[in-house]
Amino acid sequence: MWDIFLQSINKSYTESGEKAVNDVSLHVEEGKLFGLIGPDGAGKTTLFRILTTLILADSGTASVGGYDVVKDYKVIRKSIGYMPGRFSLYQDLTVKENLRFFATLFNTTIQDNYGLIEDIYKQIEPFNDRKAGKLSGGMKQKLALCCALIHSPKVLFLDEPTTGVDAVSRKEFWGMLKNLKSKGITIMVSTPYMDEASLCEEIALIQEGNIMSVNTPDEIIAQYPDMLYAIKSPGMNQLLQELRKSELVATANSFGEYHHITFSKQGSMELLLKSLHRSDVEMKPIRPTIEDCFIHLMTHE
Amino acid sequence: MNSQKMISTRDLTKTFGDFVAVNNITFDVRQGEIFGFLGANGAGKTTAMRMLCGLSIPTSGEATIAGYDVYKETEKIKQNIGYMSQKFSLYEDLTVAENIRFFGGIYGLKNGEIKARSRELINALDLNDQKDLLVGSLPLGWKQKLAFSVAIFHHPKLVFLDEPTGGVDPVTRRQFWDMINQASEDGITIFVTTHYMDEAEYCDRISMMVDGYIRALDSPAQLKKQYNAESMDEVFYELARGAKRTE
Amino acid sequence: MKQLLAFIHKEFLHVFRDPKTMLLLFGLPIAQILLFGFALSNEINHSNVIVIDYAKDVASRSIIEKVRASENFDLYDVLDDHHMIEEVFKRGETKMAIVFPSNFNEDLVHGGYTEVQLITDASDPNTATTLVNYFNMLLLGYQSEMYQDQQMPMNIQLSLRNIYNPELEGTTNFVPGVMALVLLLVCVLMTSVAIVKEKELGTMEILLVSPFNPFMVIISKVIPYLFLSIVNLIVILALSVFVLNLEIAGSIILLFGVSILLILAALSLGILISNVTNNQQTAMLISLMGMLLPTLMFTGFMFPIENMPKFLQVISNIIPSTWYYIIVKNVMIKGLGFESIWKESLILAGMTTFLLLVSIKKFKIRLS
Repeated sequence: MWDIFLQSINKSYTESGEKAVNDVSLHVEEGKLFGLIGPDGAGKTTLFRILTTLILADSGTASVGGYDVVKDYKVIRKSIGYMPGRFSLYQDLTVKENLRFFATLFNTTIQDNYGLIEDIYKQIEPFNDRKAGKLSGGMKQKLALCCALIHSPKVLFLDEPTTGVDAVSRKEFWGMLKNLKSKGITIMVSTPYMDEASLCEEIALIQEGNIMSVNTPDEIIAQYPDMLYAIKSPGMNQLLQELRKSELVATANSFGEYHHITFSKQGSMELLLKSLHRSDVEMKPIRPTIEDCFIHLMTHE
Repeated sequence: MNSQKMISTRDLTKTFGDFVAVNNITFDVRQGEIFGFLGANGAGKTTAMRMLCGLSIPTSGEATIAGYDVYKETEKIKQNIGYMSQKFSLYEDLTVAENIRFFGGIYGLKNGEIKARSRELINALDLNDQKDLLVGSLPLGWKQKLAFSVAIFHHPKLVFLDEPTGGVDPVTRRQFWDMINQASEDGITIFVTTHYMDEAEYCDRISMMVDGYIRALDSPAQLKKQYNAESMDEVFYELARGAKRTE
Repeated sequence: MKQLLAFIHKEFLHVFRDPKTMLLLFGLPIAQILLFGFALSNEINHSNVIVIDYAKDVASRSIIEKVRASENFDLYDVLDDHHMIEEVFKRGETKMAIVFPSNFNEDLVHGGYTEVQLITDASDPNTATTLVNYFNMLLLGYQSEMYQDQQMPMNIQLSLRNIYNPELEGTTNFVPGVMALVLLLVCVLMTSVAIVKEKELGTMEILLVSPFNPFMVIISKVIPYLFLSIVNLIVILALSVFVLNLEIAGSIILLFGVSILLILAALSLGILISNVTNNQQTAMLISLMGMLLPTLMFTGFMFPIENMPKFLQVISNIIPSTWYYIIVKNVMIKGLGFESIWKESLILAGMTTFLLLVSIKKFKIRLS
């Protein structure tokens, strides 16, 4: 069973003594596509490093596939694939050389596991003899994923694979992850982009070293306690000021072309429309997004 | 010179050998406008931005920034703009107060003025207790807000923001946009790039670069109409999907 | 084994694809050998000398006249008392003093034998030697002139006294120095930078997370640089022999043996440095400050150790290249065998073992 367990994990930064992660417990079931969602500095990388046996937790236990990250680190290292956040491959080696090197490192060959990487590798194969440093961001990311998959790992750890990558490449990348999941690989992925949360089966929202919520995206949205409304009217900035001042409104946040609001006890749609003195207002109840939930959890701690 | 136009380019082009990084881009940015500069990786955004900041001389075409020519008056341009990027903006090993002092100093502000404005800034950001801490020890969100305040500390006419909110938590991200809106109301023109499509909605107008060209330029509402799209995300996807070039 | 080979292959690709590394690796030793070699054989003109003339007779005056006329010397001063010499030397105003004893002419004419004393500032041994040679030529010229008139053969002996560097180390001694320097540079700097680079790239994390033994990561970093150092050693020795016409007096096998000892010590140091740093600049700075500077300062190849303050002399003892320098000088230049260098070799071997053990002990199988 290639499950991932974290039990009461604590870790402080050595330099500042500040808590990087605070009493984190998580369980990821085998075969799941699990997302760790949170901003930079939330502790995502620290958790990844503990699970990939790269650093030791100050307290708590963690295991991957039943193997302890401290005692059985050798077994774990053989069975996982890892793509660190700042992983940028060997810039002065070609695509083929990079791939071949990592294959040999894991005691295998490109041919042996071709089936697994075929779909991804085909897209970069035309650039086989190009140096990795000369590839585009999206291409580098694909090559890095191939390298992490080359030994057909049981569990795949991807630390912010889509950061700094444009929206089109990001979509493609998530498509590839879905594919991999269907082949039975357990995938743990982190991202600061809240909109990517809905692409995972299960997610943990993490902020300042604390896990705020763990569940399926749908369930996390269902747990949002208030009715949420989207509101739009010409002069969005002034509207936001007015909403924040209004006693009828509990929270108001801008979300793209709309503002998302919740009402206080005495507030309602009708009363707000009346009090706003605007003619051209569009308002509707909406289903919260993960970002709404994140903001709610952040501000209600 | 038209004082209404903070940025004005005509057929601005930059080539590196055979490679045309920026291909005949023509657009204007009005004073006080929040202008979103979007594009896929490798579309030529960074190169274009460098030319507009006076850091790189164009191969051909014309451009004026705050009324100054990008070929001849780069020093004047630098005096009149602010710049902030996700990667570098403040010195991590200097304190908050020292950073403000330094950046005030390089823009030639008088000592008294630096003092008065820093007090104002530190109050506005609620950093009174942190002003003697090293910037490196602040949370990312605070750093970014401080960096933005420092970028507009000398009251520039125009400020360039290169992915200012990358990796920042959703609450701080919105506070950051409050600051942008405030600066815009104070008459500062904002030129911003971002990977967050919801932020594109906060811009007055948006340009979309694909393969070195500006493929679309309009308000978010008009663009969605034009591409028959629900969200800016779809507009972006529609336009960038056809991109042949990547970095 | 296949993994190790793949790794070493990759390491060589890094080296060969980076022109800067290649230049540092092979350009630097060549440039150093040639620079030192040719800079040393340069002619010296108009060097200040002082004369102390106790004789004040025909012979001393005519030799002084010759000195005055020579292109090589500028007569700085003629004194009657040698107590003032030291002062002039200290101020660095002269490199050589010529002392004529009283009764110079009489001894020469009647006894057929006399001495001229030369005092040189040998802290710059090369200049000192050259100046002595110039004066010797001048003296021979004088003697042959005199010989035509006189019936009796005459003989003026030079009595030499070097201050600041009595043994007058120089000329060929820089080759062992350059060898120590280059081996340290290549091994310490290159290994530490090569390992730290992987940390910067994030590839170190992948390597550690792979089933590849972390230890092997280090081994495979070390082997290419060990190989390249030996190539460098051959290049330096070949240049010394064929371009600078320096003979290798002792056993080449012994020379390579001790060189490998130093290389291993340096590689261990490189690994140690890479363990405590996370970026290339720091690694480079520590390597330069920690190894190259002491090598230049304390091995005695630039500045004679004998003239250093006592505590610096003590410090020089803990620097591996100091011992290496002594061994190589003895083997290469003096042609001595193992029996004369076993003590130094033992010390060097001890240091190497110590560094190797520490670097293995300190090596981390995890990050930070």
